[in-house]
Amino acid sequence: MTGTPRTAKDFARALGGWFFLIAVAGLYGLAALFDPAVVGEALSSFESLVVRIVPILVLVFGLLFLASLFLDRKWLVRHLGKASGFGGWILTVACGILSAGPLYAWYPLLGELKQKGMSGALIATFLYSRALKLPLLPMMVHYFGVRYTVALSVCIILFSVLSGLLMGRLSGIDVLGTRRAIGDEDRDCGNNTR
Amino acid sequence: MIRRAKVAKAAKRTLVTFTRTFPIVLGVLALASLVTAAIPPQSISEALPMESVLGPVFGALVGSVAAGHPLTSYVLAGELTSARASLATITALIVSWVTVGIVHLPAEAAILGTRFALWRNAISFVLAIVMAYVVALLVPAVS
Repeated sequence: MTGTPRTAKDFARALGGWFFLIAVAGLYGLAALFDPAVVGEALSSFESLVVRIVPILVLVFGLLFLASLFLDRKWLVRHLGKASGFGGWILTVACGILSAGPLYAWYPLLGELKQKGMSGALIATFLYSRALKLPLLPMMVHYFGVRYTVALSVCIILFSVLSGLLMGRLSGIDVLGTRRAIGDEDRDCGNNTR
Repeated sequence: MIRRAKVAKAAKRTLVTFTRTFPIVLGVLALASLVTAAIPPQSISEALPMESVLGPVFGALVGSVAAGHPLTSYVLAGELTSARASLATITALIVSWVTVGIVHLPAEAAILGTRFALWRNAISFVLAIVMAYVVALLVPAVS
């Protein structure tokens, strides 16, 4: 693999987000032609979502900075890597349950941790265990009862581990990740794991 | 004592990640708002036979497309319960609402990798349906 395409790929990756944002803005323009009321409703919803997500993003990027500063790659691989064992699963499920805010707010931090060696299976487990929302449990009890809430909560914890195990088995994501970690990138060129 | 160079490097790295991911997060928020305004989850659930045998599959489909606050899924599930949807159906809806994200897929693929995003969402979709049946077995009726 030469250096030039890699630079071009990095450049495209850096701009990809902005292209995506422009494409979404285009969709708004298109929707406005057909139904301006829907676009008005969407914009007001967007505004309230942005206000709500800002504190979460500050928290996530703060953690990202701290992770870049203090988190040692070897430590991360040992505790949250492919061979982290039972402790890795427990730590990941607990962090997933305690994490607040929407799913996508956590992608940047997880992307960084993945680059540092966090297992893809554990990332999947983290994202799944976020389905258990502690602040919303009283509301769930109100709607569906204690028995249902307890059964669902236990199932979410067990299935979050299962989703990670399945990700590791089926997607081969950690095999690719390990190859990258040892610098053997040529073998899996064309597979975008990051 | 942390060296100033290390702090600068960490700050630069965070800034690079921020400039790369911020437009994606903003785009996902905008897309989620537009999709929810144009196709409210309530209207999809009304259009689908949620009380049928395939209810859990339809429940998981609605939850996968929806992008609102999880609390909305409880309200919608409560309405579906009144409309005689099964416990498995509402469980599939509630679980897939927070574990599967069709609208978030571009962001997840851009940041965590396309392969990762596709596999994770596919596995989460199937598991939402399986979990729906497991919960329905454990809890015969909503108390």
